[in-house]
Amino acid sequence: MTTASGSSSAPSAASTLASGPARGNAPTSPSSSTSSSAGRGDSRARGGSFTRRPDRSRRSRKVRRFFGRLPLNIVIVLLLVAVIYPILWLILSSFKTQLEFLNEPFWSLPASWSFDNYTTAFVDGGLGRYILNSVLVVFPSLAVILILGTAAGFVLEVMVWKGRSIVLLGFLAGVMVPAQMILLPLFTIYFKLHLTGTLWPLFFTYIGIGMPLTVFMMATFFRAIPRDVFEAATIDGANIFRLFWQIGLPLVRNALFTIGLVQFFFLWNDLLIALTFTNSQNLRTIQAGLLNFTGQYGAVQYGPTFAGIAVSVVGTLVIYLFLNQQIMKGLTAGSVKG
Amino acid sequence: MNKVLGDRRAIFLLLGPALLVYTVVMLVPIFWSMGYTVFDGNALTGFTFVGLDNFAKFFGDPTALSATWFTIRYAIILTVLQVGFGYLLALLYTFRIKRASSLIRTIFFFPVVLPTVGVGLLFQKLFEAAPTTGPVNGFLNFLGAPSVDWFGYADSSFWVVILLDLWRSMGFYAILLYAGLVDIPEELLESARIDGASGWKLVRSIVLPLSLPVLLSSLIFSINGTLKVFDTIVALTNGGPGNTTTPLTLYMFQTSFSYGEYGYGSTIAMMLTILCLLVTLLIFRSTRRDLTKG
Repeated sequence: MTTASGSSSAPSAASTLASGPARGNAPTSPSSSTSSSAGRGDSRARGGSFTRRPDRSRRSRKVRRFFGRLPLNIVIVLLLVAVIYPILWLILSSFKTQLEFLNEPFWSLPASWSFDNYTTAFVDGGLGRYILNSVLVVFPSLAVILILGTAAGFVLEVMVWKGRSIVLLGFLAGVMVPAQMILLPLFTIYFKLHLTGTLWPLFFTYIGIGMPLTVFMMATFFRAIPRDVFEAATIDGANIFRLFWQIGLPLVRNALFTIGLVQFFFLWNDLLIALTFTNSQNLRTIQAGLLNFTGQYGAVQYGPTFAGIAVSVVGTLVIYLFLNQQIMKGLTAGSVKG
Repeated sequence: MNKVLGDRRAIFLLLGPALLVYTVVMLVPIFWSMGYTVFDGNALTGFTFVGLDNFAKFFGDPTALSATWFTIRYAIILTVLQVGFGYLLALLYTFRIKRASSLIRTIFFFPVVLPTVGVGLLFQKLFEAAPTTGPVNGFLNFLGAPSVDWFGYADSSFWVVILLDLWRSMGFYAILLYAGLVDIPEELLESARIDGASGWKLVRSIVLPLSLPVLLSSLIFSINGTLKVFDTIVALTNGGPGNTTTPLTLYMFQTSFSYGEYGYGSTIAMMLTILCLLVTLLIFRSTRRDLTKG
């Protein structure tokens, strides 16, 4: 992500050079014209007001600016509260007992920090089984998607052959079509192959659904590598598999990680496929299981339900805490999927 | 050189597996599904050919029409709101917040990665009226207003769903648009400032026209995503009360898997696909006309 001042590096460097003497004059003659000509490059970073003024007027300006921006600041704070509070409330509530839910107001803090709700969610609710199913399906399909998708992206972008743009377009079409279009035939296929009742349908479907976006993004990343790199290597006598494995792959390592993150979130948070192809309780993924969790307890048991939601939400939150920059970059790049 | 980069065996080995999986899991089912639209029945009972009856049924089915209407209304309102609020946030990131911008961007983005089901269930509890009072109704009571049964009425359910999705996606569109705003050359803004443009005038005459391409792509992403809404609604209202918040995706799911009507289910999926294509084309065409004019 480029920073505001970095986006126009060449011209702003020139302007700082030119403004050298003007900046030196600024304290003695704080006229508006010098500040505007010197501020070109840094006006954003410093708010355009580095000319020194008499102390009193500067303070009053500061005060005025504070009050001028007060409405905006209030809006920002309110938005931050709106984003953070629900999660905070969720985590606090997950420690409350059933009686506290029914008798205390929503803002009350839990009386004790006991993990009983979590134990109930895992032991009676089968949360552990759901998480295990998700892990068993998501990570293997993720690995296959990345391997096949990278190889395909390499062939479609680096190698030279007729018809590659048509194949790439064919992959792109798959990004737009709603998943509802493929559910029924797949259901029939899996039924005929006697795969219903296992986790295989989820595995295969995830690979197929993740493929178009991965191929498309991988092709974009390979396009960014100068062709000379590959051509030089072929002149040195590298064969195509070495070219892919030892030259192409290391160059897109970061991109691979980014796409991996994007696909992880798509698969881990998927509900539609999971609901369609899991027909029994012990096949459910975490999302499908959680949905049923409330059905199981309904309005009766608040604590375990909140604990279940908290586990699923906090899990992804922890990943985000460590990898937020890569996740933001990846998800916006993969937004073609909508 | 071209012999190496054009090695047919390598193309086959490296592209083959991906293409095979994609064809078997996506392409073949898409055409298969189109085939289903002219049949009635399901995999267990067998199929009978009915021609275009399914499409006729679709246009005479009040539930299907209300699902279509819901889908369109939801997609348009949410797209306008999430791209609009995202754009305002992006302007805020670029022009107003400087020091804490990175932290605030990161905080606003995080709802995007949260599992939709978890968030849906969480919002259900946030807006709960009985037997316990959720924070939203608690706040209303604090102001002296009575609790509202948010999920008891079509309109209020609709707006809670919109609110949830706005909460989830605002930060995402803000980042998407922010990337476009940052690319606007600083000299252009500065020369406009020297000419006396500031505040909204600067935004309207300089920033908005220059960020039009990224706004357009955001609109297309957004409308394509919102037309396919499923998780949020299943977790939050499950289409209710009645079927007032049932989008086409959920109606297709119910028809196919609760009632086993494969032919009709495929028809609904087909109509949804057509809707997605039409809307994307419409946006493309309308903006192209604008660009030639301006």
